[in-house]
Amino acid sequence: MTGEVAVLGAGMHPWGKWGRGFVEYGTKAARAALADAGLEWSAIQSVVGANTVRCGYPGQVAGATFAKALGWQGARVTSVYAACASGARAIDTARAQILSGLADTVLVVGSDAAPKGFFAPAGGERPDDPDWLRFRVLGATNPAYFALWARRRMALYGDTAEDFARVKVKNAAAGAANPYARYRSPVTAEEVAASPVVADPLRLLDICATSDGAAALVLGSVATARRLGMARPVRIRAVSSVSPTHPRTALDLPDIATDSAPPGSPVPDPFRPSIARAAYEEAGLGPEDLSLAEVYDLSTALELEWYEDLGLCAPGEGAKLLREGATAPGGRIPVNPSGGLASFGEAVPAQAIAQVCELTWQLREQAGERQVPGARAGITVNQGLFGHGSSVVAVR
Amino acid sequence: MPPTRVPVVDGWFTAEGGEFRLLGTCCRDCGAVYFPREDAFCRVPGCSGTELAEVPLSRRGRVWSYTDGRYRPPAPYPSDPELTWRPYTLIAVELTAERMVVLGQGAPGVTLADLAIGMEVEVVPGVLAEEGGRTLTTWHWRPVAEEEPDTGERPVPGGRPVPGEAS
Ligand SMILES: [Zn+2]
Repeated sequence: MTGEVAVLGAGMHPWGKWGRGFVEYGTKAARAALADAGLEWSAIQSVVGANTVRCGYPGQVAGATFAKALGWQGARVTSVYAACASGARAIDTARAQILSGLADTVLVVGSDAAPKGFFAPAGGERPDDPDWLRFRVLGATNPAYFALWARRRMALYGDTAEDFARVKVKNAAAGAANPYARYRSPVTAEEVAASPVVADPLRLLDICATSDGAAALVLGSVATARRLGMARPVRIRAVSSVSPTHPRTALDLPDIATDSAPPGSPVPDPFRPSIARAAYEEAGLGPEDLSLAEVYDLSTALELEWYEDLGLCAPGEGAKLLREGATAPGGRIPVNPSGGLASFGEAVPAQAIAQVCELTWQLREQAGERQVPGARAGITVNQGLFGHGSSVVAVR
Repeated sequence: MPPTRVPVVDGWFTAEGGEFRLLGTCCRDCGAVYFPREDAFCRVPGCSGTELAEVPLSRRGRVWSYTDGRYRPPAPYPSDPELTWRPYTLIAVELTAERMVVLGQGAPGVTLADLAIGMEVEVVPGVLAEEGGRTLTTWHWRPVAEEEPDTGERPVPGGRPVPGEAS
């Protein structure tokens, strides 16, 4: 264990398609987090911004962009990019600064105004960019990869389209109770089945949308939390940011091919379970200790994978766990009580931070209608393009 | 004059004429194989190899998974927005010898109904699109007739699936 940092404040801007700029969303989320912490902006010693996916300024210098919007005040400033793991990397950077004594109060902000439709790479002729290549050569969109994995589950484990739809129904019901979610209406299995196929076997309602949105956290040392009068602050106990190990033999975004494994060599450790394992080791707890999990449900089928990769059930048993109701509100281990990406959509640099906001509210028992009773420990997990693991464990 | 035929990416598959193969590279020091090709450095941890020789990949493999694209992908995918979108299949194929999964489009006419996980497929030359007066060439996967009678049971390559990430 590396030591804990305290969540002093959490704030969000509601997800949606609002048609405004990411700076506005991020600044509102930051102000909400500062208010939640009871701190003035001038008391913040460091700002860490999770970069947006933009070519050039100012998305790629998010830390300074938010520092300027909030009013230059001389704080240490950092910007990080790790695609979907950007938020977790920003939290990890803040944590390192706090634990090393470089800063005592750190503001972490992630925000995006997402383009419409499929995510696409930046323009130009860039054959040295694997992300550009998969679009150029194959037209392989993100949902195409989600669909490859979904079909694999169907073939290996007997998962059905109805199982996938059940994930959407569960998360939409949860999201309906979350004022920050973009979609706040229940969805039925019939509606999922009636939505158009995007990449067989996945339909439109199996796949998360792109959204505008923002989330922010104020982090500090546990001693600072006490000084601010927080007797039992939510504490971040682990931030896993591991890379895969060579050879990576699972076909993954944005690659056109896997690494080759030498003949006769053992099957290497798969990447996604290693993300959770690193988080558990660092936190000194295991899946049996969790009260809830926020996982990256880019597709309904992918949520089932995460159950297994988090060790909530054995490989292949994700759909069974879902059918038993274990991951629903009131179940043994609620997953995505926030409503997940199914209800929020993706605002890439914000989402991993938003997951930790949800953990914070749940652990403080401030989650209202979607509260997991008596929540004591929670985990978030996602994965960033090009091999960034991302998992955060928070406890109270 | 017919349009010029050019590969969509240089050096990923053999030129026209002769047996069609995907081209990778192989580290002279440790034997690791790469596709898409690595030409400067070997990526195996602890291997300092910098000499990589071009190698043809196995012509046949087994379907690891497959899907299709019902919506037109965004640029830089070469596609004429004036034309009606016609879905194509995407097939991920595990090459047994290399223990590597390679994604590709299915050959024209190959539909989801023609595919199953574990089925044997082969790599064939194909056309990706017409673009700017040029014909972009590519590779396609196409099911091949099983040499043994089909028992209905197919080997599942790779064991447990390990999807990944996100964006
Ligand atoms: Zn080597």
